[in-house]
Amino acid sequence: MAEDRDRILKTMITEDELSAIEARPELKKDYRTEEFWMNVGPQHPSTHGVLRLVLKMDGEVIVDCVPQIGYLHRGLDKMAELKTYNQYLPYLDRADYVSAMLTEHCYVMAVEKLAGIEVPERAEYIRVIVSELNRIASHLVWLGVLSLDLGAITPFLYCFREREIIMDLFEMLCGQRLTYNYLRFGGVAFDIDEAVNPNAPHKFLGITVNPGGERGVDFTTLAYRFAEVFPDRVDDYEAILTHNEIFLERMAGIGYLPLDVALSYGVTGPNIRGSGFAYDIRKVDKYSIYEKVYNGTGIEPPTGEKGDCWDRYKVRIQEMRDSCKMIKWCLDNIPDGPIRSKVPRVLKVAEGETYMRIEAPRGEFGIYLVSDGTNKPYRLKLRGPSFSNLSVLPYMIRGYKVADLIAIFGSLDVILPDCDR
Amino acid sequence: MIAGWINSCYESIRNWWVACGIPLVWLDIIRAILLGIVLAIIVVVAVLILTYVERKVAGHFQSRMGPMRVGWHGLLQPIADAIKLIQKEDIVPEKADYWVFTLAPFVVFVPVMMVLVVIPFGDHLIVQDLNIGILYIFAVSGIGVVAILMGGWASNNKWSLLGAMRSVSQMVSYELPLILSVLGVVILAGTMSMGGIVEAQRKMWFIVYQPLGFIIYLFAATAEVNRVPFDLPEAEQEIVAGYNTEYSGMKFAMFYLAEYANMFIVSMIGATLFLGGWQGPLLPSPVWFLIKTGAMVFILLWFRWTFPRFRVDQLMDFGWKVLLPFAFINLLVTALVVII
Repeated sequence: MAEDRDRILKTMITEDELSAIEARPELKKDYRTEEFWMNVGPQHPSTHGVLRLVLKMDGEVIVDCVPQIGYLHRGLDKMAELKTYNQYLPYLDRADYVSAMLTEHCYVMAVEKLAGIEVPERAEYIRVIVSELNRIASHLVWLGVLSLDLGAITPFLYCFREREIIMDLFEMLCGQRLTYNYLRFGGVAFDIDEAVNPNAPHKFLGITVNPGGERGVDFTTLAYRFAEVFPDRVDDYEAILTHNEIFLERMAGIGYLPLDVALSYGVTGPNIRGSGFAYDIRKVDKYSIYEKVYNGTGIEPPTGEKGDCWDRYKVRIQEMRDSCKMIKWCLDNIPDGPIRSKVPRVLKVAEGETYMRIEAPRGEFGIYLVSDGTNKPYRLKLRGPSFSNLSVLPYMIRGYKVADLIAIFGSLDVILPDCDR
Repeated sequence: MIAGWINSCYESIRNWWVACGIPLVWLDIIRAILLGIVLAIIVVVAVLILTYVERKVAGHFQSRMGPMRVGWHGLLQPIADAIKLIQKEDIVPEKADYWVFTLAPFVVFVPVMMVLVVIPFGDHLIVQDLNIGILYIFAVSGIGVVAILMGGWASNNKWSLLGAMRSVSQMVSYELPLILSVLGVVILAGTMSMGGIVEAQRKMWFIVYQPLGFIIYLFAATAEVNRVPFDLPEAEQEIVAGYNTEYSGMKFAMFYLAEYANMFIVSMIGATLFLGGWQGPLLPSPVWFLIKTGAMVFILLWFRWTFPRFRVDQLMDFGWKVLLPFAFINLLVTALVVII
């Protein structure tokens, strides 16, 4: 912990830098102007769902910001109390629908922990593979939408082109493209060897012939090929965005998130790593088989230096590359064996309570679960990373322009269904 | 050839007119109306083609097909779009300034039509070769910003107003480098008439003598017609749709039409000033002019589907601190070289 502390202090923005941010020239003026209130959303092209930001503006400069949430509130916490453990699983896909595999992963792990269910190793590997694939898909949505918000439309379509492959992979695996309902207590629903795509030739992966013959391409081949090809695609995105002067100017040096502020708001995930704190729950908690994965691949969580939009951008780009390595390693080392342990059809969980958390693409996704010994949860509380990440927005955007609001908000990667739940 | 045929037709009609004893003023009025109709048709057709080309180019840039459903390879898509826009309800917001709101889409079209008068489409194919052609173009095209301000102000919407204010500040700061970059050409040609400038490029295109001027013109013209990366007045991710947020139906279509027509016009001016206008071997002159204009348009499309957008202050910085000094240097060097 002491090393962590030193590291935090080292990477924090200095007092001078902070006062320089606060003394932005836009905030000082010699003439009288009038401030006005303006609504961004709930119907606005770049609010990433249904968010309403009430802005106090002085011309183009934002003086104050009040995020209004709750437009997507569905009462997911309460729903859990009315459904059995099995029935609730599909609902969780809707909590953060851009990375549904990871929310499922968190829930099944929480229930398994409370009910004392063992998971076969092969199932753990499959869980990590689909989680990392979904992480890439989620980051691709973020990258595409961010570039779209900044006015570059083409990278958005490139990102979605690659995301489509992941969606295809999941479709092969469980028949669904967005809300998977794939994980089960004690394992996963289907084995990856059973997953076959009959319409095999996949142009963007360079698979032009059908290697699986009549059966089509199997999941392992396609996923491995994807993990091989995808880093090149990331290079493409970087060529069109990272090395673009305009993009650099729009992202670098704006939206500073000092580490102490980030910690006090409970910001997690790539956002806090962008502020310089290598806090990755996969690494810290070592849940599932992540310890082996990290040891096997030798990946370190990427971190930024200053905590501006550029750092958060670079962190997520690096995470996509890392996820590819993890997928490859898992596919190389996956053991044979069963994919599900025996779990009773009507699952009764022993009395008790637990908190389980995972590293979702947006940060810490946690589930606090209280069981009273029946087949329904007594109380279930979701902790969505987007809520904390959105809370810090008013701090970050004071004194910036409307255009920066879009860039900063985009770099935070907030998704509203996860925030409102 | 075409021009000669038109001229001989006009001559014979004129002789007949004089023989009938009707004052010539009437003939001039009829001629002006006819030419106006012809130019309007040219604009509309050009814009229809341009919207199709833009979507097709964008599609292929983004590894997709673009419109494919309406007609062969989506060729009838622009017509379908036009029919859709005509059918849409024409909404005027309750608290809008009705007359200004209604007039703005028409005012935005005035400079478009007026500029076309001095564009040489081909050999002698020019409506009126004014001896102050370039000056006229820049004087007239300034009206466009008034229309955008009218639309933004009259909509009584904060987003519209923000868009309109952005537009005004942007156009004012980019008009200067635009004019300065063109002045180099004027010095070389020794005339402001568009026809004269084309004639002066008989030996060599001015892009060879004025590469810097051409680049400055390209940037400033992109900013002038609000294209990416300078499309701040209508940045949909920031200020919804900018000045035309509240517009719908045909009024929106007018803004849209004017925007694409403007893009076409700056490309035509660029082709005339820097790429030798209608001159070229073998093919007829209007075809050469279209090819060169098309090349300019393609560059603008390329910009749009590649770059992100500038921020307001960065845009101003770029205009005043980068483009303007370079335009001055370009002008100074050109003037010195010509004098020596």
